[in-house]
Amino acid sequence: MTLTNRSKPVDRKPMTFLESIYLWNIMKGMGITISHLFKKKATIQYPEQKRSFSKVFRGLHVLNRDAEGRENCTACGLCAVACPAEAITMEGAERLPGEEHLYREEKYAAKYEINMLRCIFCGLCEEACPKDAIYLSQTFAPANYGRKGFIYKKDDLLIPHPVLEKEAYQKALGEKATNN
Amino acid sequence: MHLLVIDLWFILGKATLIACIIGLSFFVAMYTTLAERKVAGWLQDRHGPNRAGPFGIFQPLADGGKLFFKEEIIPLASNKFLFLLGPGLAMVTSLVTSTVIPWAAPVTTATGTFPVQVADVDMGILIVFSVVSVGVYGIMIGGWASNNKFSLIAAIRGASQMVSYELPMGLALIAVIFMTGSLKMSEIVSHQAEHGINFLYQPLGFIIFFICALAECNRTPFDLPEAENELNFGYHQEYSSMKLGFYLFAEYINMFVSAAVMATLYFGGYDIPFVNEASWGLESWIMSAISFGILMIKIAVILFVFIWIRWTIPRFRYDQLMNLGWKKLIPLALINMIISAAVMLWLKK
Repeated sequence: MTLTNRSKPVDRKPMTFLESIYLWNIMKGMGITISHLFKKKATIQYPEQKRSFSKVFRGLHVLNRDAEGRENCTACGLCAVACPAEAITMEGAERLPGEEHLYREEKYAAKYEINMLRCIFCGLCEEACPKDAIYLSQTFAPANYGRKGFIYKKDDLLIPHPVLEKEAYQKALGEKATNN
Repeated sequence: MHLLVIDLWFILGKATLIACIIGLSFFVAMYTTLAERKVAGWLQDRHGPNRAGPFGIFQPLADGGKLFFKEEIIPLASNKFLFLLGPGLAMVTSLVTSTVIPWAAPVTTATGTFPVQVADVDMGILIVFSVVSVGVYGIMIGGWASNNKFSLIAAIRGASQMVSYELPMGLALIAVIFMTGSLKMSEIVSHQAEHGINFLYQPLGFIIFFICALAECNRTPFDLPEAENELNFGYHQEYSSMKLGFYLFAEYINMFVSAAVMATLYFGGYDIPFVNEASWGLESWIMSAISFGILMIKIAVILFVFIWIRWTIPRFRYDQLMNLGWKKLIPLALINMIISAAVMLWLKK
């Protein structure tokens, strides 16, 4: 029975003299390799050139701020619950009077860590977040010398301030600027 | 006293020439390593090394520098003297082969004609063959002295391979010698300049010679002495640092010299094809420089084919290698020899 029509019967004929001196087939093979000399290179020059990601690429996480630069995150923990890899930990804290320009709501994340070695970049945290506080950007985690370096703290994750560091903010937004 | 002065100049001239040829061999071998990696890249849809300097031209220097700074390990159980002798022998034999090759048209000066060739001896091409067969010792000694079973197997393989392929190579060469009637390299070249290149008369002979040259240089598809996947790294497995570099380098110099020998024997050597350069009336040193360039171009093309073949054909199995050598190439070379002898006789009548 044939599953596909691509199967070919094995040729078990003894080699002819021409085949047994290999020369003709070697010439054919050399023709194939020389044709690759003129083909487009499959590799890219990495640090200078980068492959473009698709629009839906899920890369490193970014903790979002609103237009005035206040952190969106309220440390509700939904992202941590949603995370199938249990990569997210956080500690909440209450906003004190005078900190209204820092945090949008009364509660905020005093500590927010994502272990990039555990993370599977599924994007469920982004879906779970009710405050648009976390989303996955279009970059990937750079290499590091130790495991500790892959536990990203709040400083590593927070998006730059939209008013104070405008250029860096726009850069971090990238093509994923959805709600800002 | 007069004689002594002449001798001194003669010795000085030859010494300069030897130094130049050794330098040239090293230079070409260095850049063949780069060419190898570049061509490998291109044939596999990659770029090849291009970080060290523009287009990666400093890559061979970086490789050499790396090899010099590597730790040098001599295995305790090895035979130290032979272990050190191995790479040196491989290098010396591959360099000595270049002595009889005429590198360019002779330079005529007021004092006389100066051939751009270290030694234009009567048995020229036989010197190449005898030295190449000594080259087996580099491999054998290296493999044996490292006291490693893989090295030893590789060395024995290499030795038997090189010995078997010298036979068809010599038989193919005999047909060339029939045609030119001389073993002298310079006469082989001048004969081709008159009668057209030997490749036209001896295509089969050239193919046999070329295949055997691949086997002699331990190049793919005949790189069984260093079959990575079965013998780890072959006969130079225990070698490190520049001793390993010497082995690898000797291989590239072998390639260069065998390309030069092939260009000389079959493609007219330094002779410029299709033109009668004597009618140009240029000064002899300019002609010499041009003819040297021509020889280099011919060598470069042959080296490219060497590399091209390496990145096309997988390695032969050992029994296939021996079958090809003894059962196919030797009969073919014999037939080639007999036919060319018969044709020569018939034409002479």
